[in-house]
Amino acid sequence: MIRDITIGQYYPADSVIHKLDPRVKLVGTMVFLVSLFLFQSFSGYIVATVFLGCVIKLSKVPLKFMLKGLKAVFILLLFSVVFNLFLTDGETLIPLVGKLRITKEGLRLAVFMAIRLVYLIVGTSIMTLTTTPNDLTDGLEKGLRPLKKIRVPVHEIAMMMSIALRFIPILLEETDKIMKAQMARGADFESGNFIQRAKNMIPILVPLFISAFRRANDLAMAMEARCYHGGEGRTKMKPLVYKTRDKMAYGTFVVYLLVVIGVNMVGRV
Amino acid sequence: MGIIKIKDLIYEYARHDDEGNVESVVRAVDNVNLDVKKGEFIAVLGHNGSGKSTMAKHINAILTPTEGTVWIAGKDTSKAENIWDIRQSSGMVFQNPDNQIIGTVVEEDVGFGPENIGVPTEDIWKRVDDALRAVGMTAYRHHSPNKLSGGQKQRVAIAGVVAMKPQCIVLDEPTAMLDPMGRKEVIATVRELNEKEHVTVILITHYMEEVIGADKVFVMDSGKVVMQGYPREIFSQVEKLKKYRLDVPQVTELAYELKQEGIPLTDGILTIEELVDELCRLKLKI
Repeated sequence: MIRDITIGQYYPADSVIHKLDPRVKLVGTMVFLVSLFLFQSFSGYIVATVFLGCVIKLSKVPLKFMLKGLKAVFILLLFSVVFNLFLTDGETLIPLVGKLRITKEGLRLAVFMAIRLVYLIVGTSIMTLTTTPNDLTDGLEKGLRPLKKIRVPVHEIAMMMSIALRFIPILLEETDKIMKAQMARGADFESGNFIQRAKNMIPILVPLFISAFRRANDLAMAMEARCYHGGEGRTKMKPLVYKTRDKMAYGTFVVYLLVVIGVNMVGRV
Repeated sequence: MGIIKIKDLIYEYARHDDEGNVESVVRAVDNVNLDVKKGEFIAVLGHNGSGKSTMAKHINAILTPTEGTVWIAGKDTSKAENIWDIRQSSGMVFQNPDNQIIGTVVEEDVGFGPENIGVPTEDIWKRVDDALRAVGMTAYRHHSPNKLSGGQKQRVAIAGVVAMKPQCIVLDEPTAMLDPMGRKEVIATVRELNEKEHVTVILITHYMEEVIGADKVFVMDSGKVVMQGYPREIFSQVEKLKKYRLDVPQVTELAYELKQEGIPLTDGILTIEELVDELCRLKLKI
Protein backbone atom coordinates (compact mmCIF):
# COMPACT_ATOMS: atom_id res chain seq x y z
CA MET A 1 0.00 0.00 0.00
CA ILE A 2 1.05 3.52 -0.76
CA ARG A 3 0.43 4.39 2.91
CA ASP A 4 3.20 2.16 4.13
CA ILE A 5 6.04 3.80 2.26
CA THR A 6 8.84 5.06 4.44
CA ILE A 7 10.16 8.53 3.88
CA GLY A 8 13.92 8.71 3.70
CA GLN A 9 15.75 5.47 4.20
CA TYR A 10 15.58 4.86 7.91
CA TYR A 11 16.58 1.33 8.88
CA PRO A 12 15.13 0.48 12.29
CA ALA A 13 17.53 -1.34 14.59
CA ASP A 14 18.55 -1.15 18.21
CA SER A 15 22.12 0.12 18.22
CA VAL A 16 24.31 2.70 19.90
CA ILE A 17 24.44 4.72 16.70
CA HIS A 18 20.63 4.77 16.47
CA LYS A 19 20.37 6.06 20.02
CA LEU A 20 22.85 8.89 19.60
CA ASP A 21 21.56 12.45 19.68
CA PRO A 22 20.86 13.59 16.09
CA ARG A 23 23.10 16.62 16.63
CA VAL A 24 26.01 14.30 17.39
CA LYS A 25 25.40 12.41 14.19
CA LEU A 26 25.21 15.62 12.17
CA VAL A 27 28.48 16.88 13.62
CA GLY A 28 30.08 13.46 13.24
CA THR A 29 29.16 13.29 9.58
CA MET A 30 30.59 16.75 9.00
CA VAL A 31 33.83 15.81 10.77
CA PHE A 32 34.14 12.67 8.70
CA LEU A 33 33.52 14.51 5.44
CA VAL A 34 36.10 17.15 6.25
CA SER A 35 38.64 14.51 7.27
CA LEU A 36 38.25 12.79 3.89
CA PHE A 37 39.56 15.88 2.14
CA LEU A 38 42.43 16.40 4.55
CA PHE A 39 44.21 13.22 3.60
CA GLN A 40 47.20 13.33 1.31
CA SER A 41 48.48 9.81 1.86
CA PHE A 42 47.29 6.24 1.89
CA SER A 43 47.99 5.85 5.60
CA GLY A 44 45.27 8.45 6.23
CA TYR A 45 42.76 6.36 4.37
CA ILE A 46 43.57 3.37 6.52
CA VAL A 47 42.52 5.42 9.55
CA ALA A 48 39.28 6.49 7.83
CA THR A 49 38.55 2.92 6.78
CA VAL A 50 39.02 1.62 10.31
CA PHE A 51 36.80 4.40 11.71
CA LEU A 52 34.09 3.84 9.12
CA GLY A 53 34.27 0.07 9.59
CA CYS A 54 33.77 0.40 13.35
CA VAL A 55 30.78 2.74 12.93
CA ILE A 56 29.14 0.43 10.38
CA LYS A 57 29.64 -2.54 12.70
CA LEU A 58 28.16 -0.60 15.64
CA SER A 59 25.15 0.62 13.65
CA LYS A 60 23.95 -2.95 12.95
CA VAL A 61 22.78 -1.85 9.50
CA PRO A 62 23.63 -4.40 6.76
CA LEU A 63 26.38 -3.18 4.45
CA LYS A 64 24.06 -3.82 1.50
CA PHE A 65 21.93 -0.82 2.51
CA MET A 66 24.94 1.47 2.72
CA LEU A 67 26.11 0.55 -0.74
CA LYS A 68 22.67 1.14 -2.23
CA GLY A 69 23.36 4.87 -2.25
CA LEU A 70 26.38 4.32 -4.49
CA LYS A 71 24.18 3.37 -7.44
CA ALA A 72 23.02 6.95 -7.80
CA VAL A 73 26.54 8.34 -8.08
CA PHE A 74 28.03 5.54 -10.13
CA ILE A 75 28.23 7.62 -13.33
CA LEU A 76 29.78 10.54 -11.49
CA LEU A 77 32.29 8.18 -9.91
CA LEU A 78 33.17 6.70 -13.29
CA PHE A 79 33.67 10.15 -14.84
CA SER A 80 35.92 11.48 -12.14
CA VAL A 81 38.04 8.33 -12.13
CA VAL A 82 38.44 8.31 -15.92
CA PHE A 83 39.29 12.00 -16.16
CA ASN A 84 41.77 11.86 -13.33
CA LEU A 85 43.33 8.73 -14.68
CA PHE A 86 43.96 9.90 -18.22
CA LEU A 87 44.28 13.66 -18.01
CA THR A 88 46.71 14.27 -15.19
CA ASP A 89 50.19 15.52 -16.03
CA GLY A 90 53.22 13.78 -14.60
CA GLU A 91 55.51 10.83 -14.90
CA THR A 92 54.21 8.47 -17.61
CA LEU A 93 53.39 5.00 -16.41
CA ILE A 94 51.59 3.48 -19.37
CA PRO A 95 51.60 5.46 -22.64
CA LEU A 96 48.42 5.22 -24.73
CA VAL A 97 47.41 6.64 -28.12
CA GLY A 98 48.31 10.29 -28.76
CA LYS A 99 48.34 12.49 -25.69
CA LEU A 100 46.40 9.95 -23.64
CA ARG A 101 48.52 8.23 -21.06
CA ILE A 102 48.27 7.00 -17.54
CA THR A 103 50.59 8.81 -15.19
CA LYS A 104 51.71 7.94 -11.71
CA GLU A 105 50.01 11.06 -10.34
CA GLY A 106 46.88 10.31 -12.33
CA LEU A 107 46.58 6.83 -10.90
CA ARG A 108 47.05 8.19 -7.41
CA LEU A 109 44.46 10.93 -7.86
CA ALA A 110 41.96 8.56 -9.45
CA VAL A 111 42.19 6.11 -6.59
CA PHE A 112 41.94 8.90 -4.00
CA MET A 113 38.93 10.39 -5.72
CA ALA A 114 37.18 7.04 -5.92
CA ILE A 115 37.77 6.32 -2.23
CA ARG A 116 36.66 9.82 -1.26
CA LEU A 117 33.39 9.62 -3.16
CA VAL A 118 32.54 6.13 -1.92
CA TYR A 119 33.28 7.06 1.70
CA LEU A 120 31.36 10.31 1.33
CA ILE A 121 28.22 8.45 0.28
CA VAL A 122 28.60 5.66 2.82
CA GLY A 123 29.35 8.16 5.60
CA THR A 124 26.25 10.23 4.96
CA SER A 125 24.02 7.21 4.49
CA ILE A 126 25.00 5.98 7.95
CA MET A 127 23.40 9.15 9.29
CA THR A 128 20.21 8.88 7.22
CA LEU A 129 19.90 5.15 7.84
CA THR A 130 20.10 5.46 11.61
CA THR A 131 18.11 8.65 12.19
CA THR A 132 14.37 9.13 11.61
CA PRO A 133 13.54 12.21 9.53
CA ASN A 134 11.80 13.62 12.60
CA ASP A 135 14.88 13.34 14.78
CA LEU A 136 16.89 14.87 12.00
CA THR A 137 14.63 17.93 11.84
CA ASP A 138 14.73 18.23 15.62
CA GLY A 139 18.50 18.00 15.52
CA LEU A 140 18.70 20.63 12.81
CA GLU A 141 16.41 22.96 14.71
CA LYS A 142 18.44 22.80 17.87
CA GLY A 143 21.82 22.52 16.18
CA LEU A 144 21.22 25.55 14.00
CA ARG A 145 19.76 27.69 16.78
CA PRO A 146 22.77 30.04 16.79
CA LEU A 147 21.76 31.07 13.26
CA LYS A 148 18.69 32.71 14.78
CA LYS A 149 20.90 35.62 15.74
CA ILE A 150 21.41 36.45 12.07
CA ARG A 151 17.64 36.17 11.55
CA VAL A 152 17.47 32.75 9.97
CA PRO A 153 13.98 31.41 10.82
CA VAL A 154 15.30 28.11 12.16
CA HIS A 155 12.16 27.05 14.01
CA GLU A 156 9.92 27.82 11.06
CA ILE A 157 12.11 25.86 8.65
CA ALA A 158 12.12 22.85 10.97
CA MET A 159 8.35 23.08 11.42
CA MET A 160 7.84 23.23 7.66
CA MET A 161 10.06 20.20 7.17
CA SER A 162 8.21 18.12 9.73
CA ILE A 163 4.79 19.10 8.35
CA ALA A 164 5.98 18.26 4.84
CA LEU A 165 7.08 14.86 6.10
CA ARG A 166 3.69 14.25 7.64
CA PHE A 167 1.82 15.22 4.48
CA ILE A 168 3.89 13.39 1.88
CA PRO A 169 2.04 10.08 2.34
CA ILE A 170 -1.34 11.86 2.41
CA LEU A 171 -0.64 13.75 -0.80
CA LEU A 172 0.72 10.62 -2.47
CA GLU A 173 -2.47 8.82 -1.66
CA GLU A 174 -4.46 11.73 -3.00
CA THR A 175 -2.45 11.72 -6.24
CA ASP A 176 -3.28 8.07 -6.59
CA LYS A 177 -6.97 8.78 -6.05
CA ILE A 178 -7.05 11.67 -8.56
CA MET A 179 -5.17 9.60 -11.11
CA LYS A 180 -7.71 6.80 -10.83
CA ALA A 181 -10.58 9.27 -11.04
CA GLN A 182 -9.14 10.84 -14.21
CA MET A 183 -8.44 7.43 -15.70
CA ALA A 184 -12.05 6.50 -15.09
CA ARG A 185 -12.96 9.55 -17.14
CA GLY A 186 -10.74 8.36 -19.98
CA ALA A 187 -7.48 10.17 -19.28
CA ASP A 188 -4.40 8.52 -20.73
CA PHE A 189 -1.13 8.70 -18.82
CA GLU A 190 0.83 6.01 -20.59
CA SER A 191 1.05 6.75 -24.32
CA GLY A 192 2.74 9.55 -26.25
CA ASN A 193 6.22 11.02 -26.10
CA PHE A 194 7.75 12.78 -23.14
CA ILE A 195 6.16 16.19 -23.76
CA GLN A 196 2.79 14.63 -24.48
CA ARG A 197 2.95 12.70 -21.25
CA ALA A 198 3.98 15.74 -19.26
CA LYS A 199 1.00 17.58 -20.70
CA ASN A 200 -1.27 14.75 -19.69
CA MET A 201 -0.24 15.26 -16.09
CA ILE A 202 -1.99 18.64 -15.91
CA PRO A 203 -5.40 17.15 -15.01
CA ILE A 204 -3.70 15.54 -12.02
CA LEU A 205 -1.67 18.52 -10.90
CA VAL A 206 -4.47 21.07 -10.90
CA PRO A 207 -6.82 19.23 -8.51
CA LEU A 208 -3.83 18.13 -6.43
CA PHE A 209 -2.68 21.70 -5.94
CA ILE A 210 -6.15 22.94 -5.13
CA SER A 211 -6.59 20.27 -2.50
CA ALA A 212 -3.11 20.87 -1.09
CA PHE A 213 -3.89 24.56 -0.61
CA ARG A 214 -7.19 23.70 1.01
CA ARG A 215 -5.42 21.31 3.35
CA ALA A 216 -2.81 23.93 4.18
CA ASN A 217 -5.56 26.38 5.03
CA ASP A 218 -7.33 23.87 7.29
CA LEU A 219 -4.09 22.89 8.95
CA ALA A 220 -3.12 26.49 9.65
CA MET A 221 -6.48 27.05 11.31
CA ALA A 222 -6.17 23.86 13.36
CA MET A 223 -2.69 24.90 14.47
CA GLU A 224 -3.84 28.34 15.49
CA ALA A 225 -6.80 26.84 17.32
CA ARG A 226 -4.25 24.89 19.35
CA CYS A 227 -2.42 28.08 20.29
CA TYR A 228 0.45 27.79 17.82
CA HIS A 229 2.20 31.13 17.57
CA GLY A 230 5.69 30.38 16.34
CA GLY A 231 8.70 29.18 18.27
CA GLU A 232 8.51 31.94 20.87
CA GLY A 233 7.79 30.63 24.37
CA ARG A 234 7.37 27.08 23.16
CA THR A 235 8.43 24.11 25.25
CA LYS A 236 9.42 20.70 23.93
CA MET A 237 7.80 17.38 24.71
CA LYS A 238 10.94 15.53 23.73
CA PRO A 239 13.80 17.96 24.28
CA LEU A 240 17.23 16.95 23.01
CA VAL A 241 19.55 16.45 25.95
CA TYR A 242 23.12 15.19 25.65
CA LYS A 243 23.68 11.90 27.46
CA THR A 244 26.99 10.27 28.44
CA ARG A 245 27.16 8.32 25.20
CA ASP A 246 26.77 11.53 23.21
CA LYS A 247 29.66 13.13 25.07
CA MET A 248 31.71 10.01 24.48
CA ALA A 249 30.90 10.23 20.78
CA TYR A 250 32.12 13.81 20.68
CA GLY A 251 35.30 12.65 22.41
CA THR A 252 35.74 9.98 19.75
CA PHE A 253 35.43 12.61 17.02
CA VAL A 254 38.14 14.74 18.61
CA VAL A 255 40.44 11.73 18.91
CA TYR A 256 39.69 10.78 15.31
CA LEU A 257 40.46 14.27 14.07
CA LEU A 258 43.72 14.37 16.03
CA VAL A 259 44.77 11.00 14.61
CA VAL A 260 43.92 12.20 11.11
CA ILE A 261 45.99 15.35 11.51
CA GLY A 262 48.83 13.37 13.09
CA VAL A 263 48.90 10.83 10.31
CA ASN A 264 48.87 13.60 7.76
CA MET A 265 51.88 15.32 9.36
CA VAL A 266 53.82 12.07 9.52
CA GLY A 267 52.84 11.14 5.99
CA ARG A 268 54.14 14.43 4.63
CA VAL A 269 57.49 14.27 6.31
CA MET B 1 -22.52 34.31 33.59
CA GLY B 2 -21.96 30.95 31.91
CA ILE B 3 -18.72 29.70 30.47
CA ILE B 4 -19.74 30.79 26.99
CA LYS B 5 -21.87 33.85 26.52
CA ILE B 6 -22.76 35.16 23.11
CA LYS B 7 -24.67 38.40 22.91
CA ASP B 8 -26.27 39.79 19.72
CA LEU B 9 -23.58 38.20 17.58
CA ILE B 10 -23.51 39.32 13.96
CA TYR B 11 -20.85 38.20 11.50
CA GLU B 12 -20.68 39.54 7.99
CA TYR B 13 -18.23 38.92 5.21
CA ALA B 14 -17.93 40.66 1.88
CA ARG B 15 -17.99 38.89 -1.43
CA HIS B 16 -15.60 40.33 -4.00
CA ASP B 17 -15.90 40.27 -7.76
CA ASP B 18 -12.91 39.77 -10.08
CA GLU B 19 -11.68 43.34 -9.74
CA GLY B 20 -11.73 43.15 -5.95
CA ASN B 21 -14.76 45.39 -5.52
CA VAL B 22 -17.28 44.47 -2.91
CA GLU B 23 -20.11 42.74 -4.69
CA SER B 24 -22.33 41.90 -1.80
CA VAL B 25 -22.20 41.52 1.95
CA VAL B 26 -23.26 38.18 3.32
CA ARG B 27 -24.55 37.93 6.86
CA ALA B 28 -23.44 34.47 7.98
CA VAL B 29 -24.52 34.83 11.60
CA ASP B 30 -27.45 37.04 12.42
CA ASN B 31 -28.22 38.16 15.93
CA VAL B 32 -27.38 35.04 17.86
CA ASN B 33 -27.67 34.88 21.64
CA LEU B 34 -26.34 31.91 23.52
CA ASP B 35 -25.56 31.18 27.14
CA VAL B 36 -23.84 27.92 28.03
CA LYS B 37 -23.25 26.83 31.60
CA LYS B 38 -20.25 24.86 32.75
CA GLY B 39 -20.54 21.11 32.19
CA GLU B 40 -23.42 21.31 29.74
CA PHE B 41 -23.66 19.26 26.57
CA ILE B 42 -24.98 21.51 23.83
CA ALA B 43 -25.86 20.46 20.33
CA VAL B 44 -26.18 22.86 17.41
CA LEU B 45 -28.10 21.62 14.40
CA GLY B 46 -28.50 23.07 10.96
CA HIS B 47 -28.13 22.16 7.33
CA ASN B 48 -25.19 23.31 5.19
CA GLY B 49 -24.72 27.06 5.13
CA SER B 50 -26.86 27.72 8.17
CA GLY B 51 -24.03 29.58 9.90
CA LYS B 52 -23.37 27.00 12.58
CA SER B 53 -19.68 26.60 11.74
CA THR B 54 -19.15 30.33 11.53
CA MET B 55 -20.68 30.72 14.97
CA ALA B 56 -18.47 27.91 16.31
CA LYS B 57 -15.33 29.64 15.08
CA HIS B 58 -16.21 32.64 17.23
CA ILE B 59 -15.98 30.49 20.35
CA ASN B 60 -12.32 29.77 19.60
CA ALA B 61 -11.58 33.37 18.55
CA ILE B 62 -10.67 32.22 15.02
CA LEU B 63 -13.27 34.74 13.92
CA THR B 64 -14.20 37.87 15.80
CA PRO B 65 -17.67 39.41 15.74
CA THR B 66 -18.67 42.12 13.27
CA GLU B 67 -21.17 43.27 15.87
CA GLY B 68 -22.05 41.98 19.32
CA THR B 69 -19.79 40.30 21.85
CA VAL B 70 -18.59 36.81 22.70
CA TRP B 71 -17.25 36.06 26.18
CA ILE B 72 -15.39 32.83 26.92
CA ALA B 73 -14.87 32.24 30.65
CA GLY B 74 -15.51 35.94 31.14
CA LYS B 75 -13.02 37.09 28.51
CA ASP B 76 -13.99 39.14 25.47
CA THR B 77 -12.83 37.45 22.24
CA SER B 78 -12.46 40.70 20.33
CA LYS B 79 -9.58 41.84 22.55
CA ALA B 80 -6.25 40.70 21.08
CA GLU B 81 -4.60 40.16 24.46
CA ASN B 82 -7.17 37.51 25.42
CA ILE B 83 -6.75 35.40 22.32
CA TRP B 84 -4.30 32.75 23.62
CA ASP B 85 -6.16 32.37 26.92
CA ILE B 86 -9.39 31.87 25.03
CA ARG B 87 -7.90 29.33 22.65
CA GLN B 88 -6.51 27.42 25.61
CA SER B 89 -9.77 27.39 27.52
CA SER B 90 -11.93 26.48 24.54
CA GLY B 91 -10.50 23.81 22.27
CA MET B 92 -11.76 23.08 18.81
CA VAL B 93 -12.01 19.86 16.81
CA PHE B 94 -12.58 20.16 13.07
CA GLN B 95 -14.24 18.08 10.40
CA ASN B 96 -11.35 16.59 8.46
CA PRO B 97 -9.23 14.38 10.72
CA ASP B 98 -6.25 14.44 8.34
CA ASN B 99 -5.97 18.20 8.20
CA GLN B 100 -5.71 18.81 11.93
CA ILE B 101 -3.10 16.31 13.02
CA ILE B 102 0.32 17.95 13.04
CA GLY B 103 2.62 15.35 14.57
CA THR B 104 4.01 12.33 12.75
CA VAL B 105 3.52 10.17 15.85
CA VAL B 106 0.28 10.08 17.86
CA GLU B 107 1.81 11.12 21.17
CA GLU B 108 3.72 13.98 19.58
CA ASP B 109 0.55 15.33 18.08
CA VAL B 110 -1.22 15.24 21.43
CA GLY B 111 1.74 17.09 22.91
CA PHE B 112 1.59 19.86 20.30
CA GLY B 113 -0.95 22.02 22.14
CA PRO B 114 0.78 21.88 25.53
CA GLU B 115 4.12 22.64 23.81
CA ASN B 116 2.60 25.76 22.31
CA ILE B 117 1.35 27.12 25.61
CA GLY B 118 4.73 26.53 27.22
CA VAL B 119 3.99 23.68 29.62
CA PRO B 120 7.18 22.23 31.20
CA THR B 121 8.38 18.94 29.67
CA GLU B 122 7.49 16.52 32.53
CA ASP B 123 4.05 18.08 32.70
CA ILE B 124 3.51 17.60 28.98
CA TRP B 125 4.14 13.86 29.33
CA LYS B 126 1.62 13.62 32.15
CA ARG B 127 -0.97 15.56 30.18
CA VAL B 128 -0.39 13.43 27.08
CA ASP B 129 -0.77 10.23 29.14
CA ASP B 130 -3.99 11.50 30.71
CA ALA B 131 -5.44 12.75 27.44
CA LEU B 132 -4.70 9.52 25.57
CA ARG B 133 -6.26 7.53 28.38
CA ALA B 134 -9.35 9.75 28.38
CA VAL B 135 -10.02 8.98 24.70
CA GLY B 136 -8.87 5.34 24.92
CA MET B 137 -5.96 5.67 22.50
CA THR B 138 -3.08 4.79 24.81
CA ALA B 139 -2.35 1.58 22.88
CA TYR B 140 -1.69 3.60 19.73
CA ARG B 141 0.60 6.24 21.17
CA HIS B 142 3.64 5.25 19.10
CA HIS B 143 1.72 4.77 15.85
CA SER B 144 1.79 7.03 12.83
CA PRO B 145 -1.53 8.89 12.44
CA ASN B 146 -1.60 7.86 8.78
CA LYS B 147 -2.24 4.26 9.76
CA LEU B 148 -5.25 4.94 12.00
CA SER B 149 -8.90 4.77 11.01
CA GLY B 150 -10.96 7.96 10.68
CA GLY B 151 -12.61 7.49 14.06
CA GLN B 152 -9.26 6.87 15.74
CA LYS B 153 -7.74 9.95 14.10
CA GLN B 154 -10.62 12.04 15.35
CA ARG B 155 -10.11 10.67 18.87
CA VAL B 156 -6.45 11.64 18.63
CA ALA B 157 -7.54 15.14 17.62
CA ILE B 158 -9.83 15.24 20.65
CA ALA B 159 -6.96 14.08 22.88
CA GLY B 160 -4.86 16.90 21.43
CA VAL B 161 -7.45 19.37 22.65
CA VAL B 162 -7.99 17.63 26.00
CA ALA B 163 -4.24 17.81 26.70
CA MET B 164 -4.56 21.60 26.83
CA LYS B 165 -7.01 21.19 29.72
CA PRO B 166 -9.75 23.29 28.18
CA GLN B 167 -12.97 24.18 29.97
CA CYS B 168 -15.02 23.60 26.88
CA ILE B 169 -14.59 21.78 23.58
CA VAL B 170 -16.24 22.83 20.34
CA LEU B 171 -16.61 20.02 17.83
CA ASP B 172 -17.38 21.26 14.34
CA GLU B 173 -19.03 18.32 12.53
CA PRO B 174 -16.45 15.87 13.86
CA THR B 175 -18.25 12.86 12.39
CA ALA B 176 -19.13 14.17 8.92
CA MET B 177 -16.30 12.28 7.21
CA LEU B 178 -16.53 9.07 9.23
CA ASP B 179 -18.24 5.73 8.73
CA PRO B 180 -21.01 4.71 11.18
CA MET B 181 -18.58 2.81 13.42
CA GLY B 182 -16.21 5.74 13.64
CA ARG B 183 -19.12 8.05 14.33
CA LYS B 184 -20.23 5.97 17.30
CA GLU B 185 -16.68 5.83 18.64
CA VAL B 186 -16.25 9.59 18.52
CA ILE B 187 -19.63 10.43 20.02
CA ALA B 188 -19.11 7.92 22.84
CA THR B 189 -15.73 9.53 23.56
CA VAL B 190 -17.21 13.01 23.64
CA ARG B 191 -20.04 11.92 25.89
CA GLU B 192 -17.61 10.26 28.29
CA LEU B 193 -15.49 13.41 28.47
CA ASN B 194 -18.57 15.39 29.28
CA GLU B 195 -19.74 13.01 32.00
CA LYS B 196 -16.43 12.05 33.62
CA GLU B 197 -14.28 15.14 33.19
CA HIS B 198 -17.19 17.61 33.20
CA VAL B 199 -15.92 19.34 30.08
CA THR B 200 -18.48 21.60 28.48
CA VAL B 201 -19.23 20.29 24.99
CA ILE B 202 -20.63 22.10 22.00
CA LEU B 203 -21.35 19.59 19.29
CA ILE B 204 -22.14 20.90 15.84
CA THR B 205 -23.67 18.31 13.60
CA HIS B 206 -26.40 17.42 11.21
CA TYR B 207 -26.83 13.87 12.42
CA MET B 208 -29.91 13.79 14.61
CA GLU B 209 -28.95 10.58 16.42
CA GLU B 210 -25.96 12.32 17.97
CA VAL B 211 -28.14 14.99 19.52
CA ILE B 212 -30.45 12.79 21.56
CA GLY B 213 -28.32 12.78 24.70
CA ALA B 214 -27.64 16.52 24.68
CA ASP B 215 -28.76 18.80 27.50
CA LYS B 216 -29.93 21.46 25.09
CA VAL B 217 -30.38 21.70 21.35
CA PHE B 218 -30.15 24.78 19.16
CA VAL B 219 -31.36 24.74 15.58
CA MET B 220 -29.89 27.28 13.19
CA ASP B 221 -31.13 28.38 9.81
CA SER B 222 -29.73 31.16 7.61
CA GLY B 223 -27.64 32.56 10.44
CA LYS B 224 -30.37 32.70 13.07
CA VAL B 225 -31.18 30.47 15.98
CA VAL B 226 -34.69 29.35 15.06
CA MET B 227 -35.42 26.71 17.68
CA GLN B 228 -33.99 25.92 21.08
CA GLY B 229 -34.86 23.60 23.93
CA TYR B 230 -34.51 20.07 25.25
CA PRO B 231 -34.06 17.35 22.60
CA ARG B 232 -37.53 16.01 23.37
CA GLU B 233 -39.14 19.39 22.81
CA ILE B 234 -37.28 19.94 19.57
CA PHE B 235 -37.97 16.51 18.13
CA SER B 236 -41.66 16.67 18.89
CA GLN B 237 -41.94 19.40 16.26
CA VAL B 238 -41.34 17.18 13.26
CA GLU B 239 -43.07 19.50 10.77
CA LYS B 240 -41.02 22.49 11.79
CA LEU B 241 -37.73 20.58 11.61
CA LYS B 242 -38.55 19.41 8.12
CA LYS B 243 -39.10 23.01 7.13
CA TYR B 244 -35.48 23.69 8.11
CA ARG B 245 -34.39 20.74 5.97
CA LEU B 246 -33.47 18.58 8.95
CA ASP B 247 -34.38 14.96 9.47
CA VAL B 248 -35.63 13.61 12.76
CA PRO B 249 -34.33 10.25 14.04
CA GLN B 250 -36.01 7.30 12.33
CA VAL B 251 -37.90 6.19 15.46
CA THR B 252 -39.23 9.67 16.04
CA GLU B 253 -40.34 9.84 12.44
CA LEU B 254 -42.11 6.49 12.73
CA ALA B 255 -43.86 7.58 15.92
CA TYR B 256 -44.88 10.80 14.22
CA GLU B 257 -46.33 8.98 11.21
CA LEU B 258 -48.18 6.55 13.49
CA LYS B 259 -49.65 9.46 15.36
CA GLN B 260 -50.77 11.06 12.13
CA GLU B 261 -52.62 7.81 11.42
CA GLY B 262 -54.53 8.23 14.66
CA ILE B 263 -52.56 6.13 17.13
CA PRO B 264 -52.41 8.05 20.42
CA LEU B 265 -48.68 8.17 21.10
CA THR B 266 -46.94 10.81 23.20
CA ASP B 267 -44.84 13.48 21.49
CA GLY B 268 -41.06 13.39 21.15
CA ILE B 269 -40.18 9.72 21.22
CA LEU B 270 -36.42 9.48 20.82
CA THR B 271 -35.34 5.87 21.22
CA ILE B 272 -36.51 2.48 20.03
CA GLU B 273 -37.08 1.39 23.67
CA GLU B 274 -39.42 4.31 24.29
CA LEU B 275 -41.50 3.48 21.25
CA VAL B 276 -41.68 -0.19 22.21
CA ASP B 277 -42.81 0.70 25.76
CA GLU B 278 -45.37 3.10 24.43
CA LEU B 279 -46.79 0.59 21.96
CA CYS B 280 -46.94 -2.16 24.63
CA ARG B 281 -48.80 0.20 26.92
CA LEU B 282 -51.33 0.87 24.19
CA LYS B 283 -51.72 -2.83 23.51
CA LEU B 284 -52.50 -3.48 27.18
CA LYS B 285 -55.22 -0.85 27.12
CA ILE B 286 -57.08 -2.44 24.21
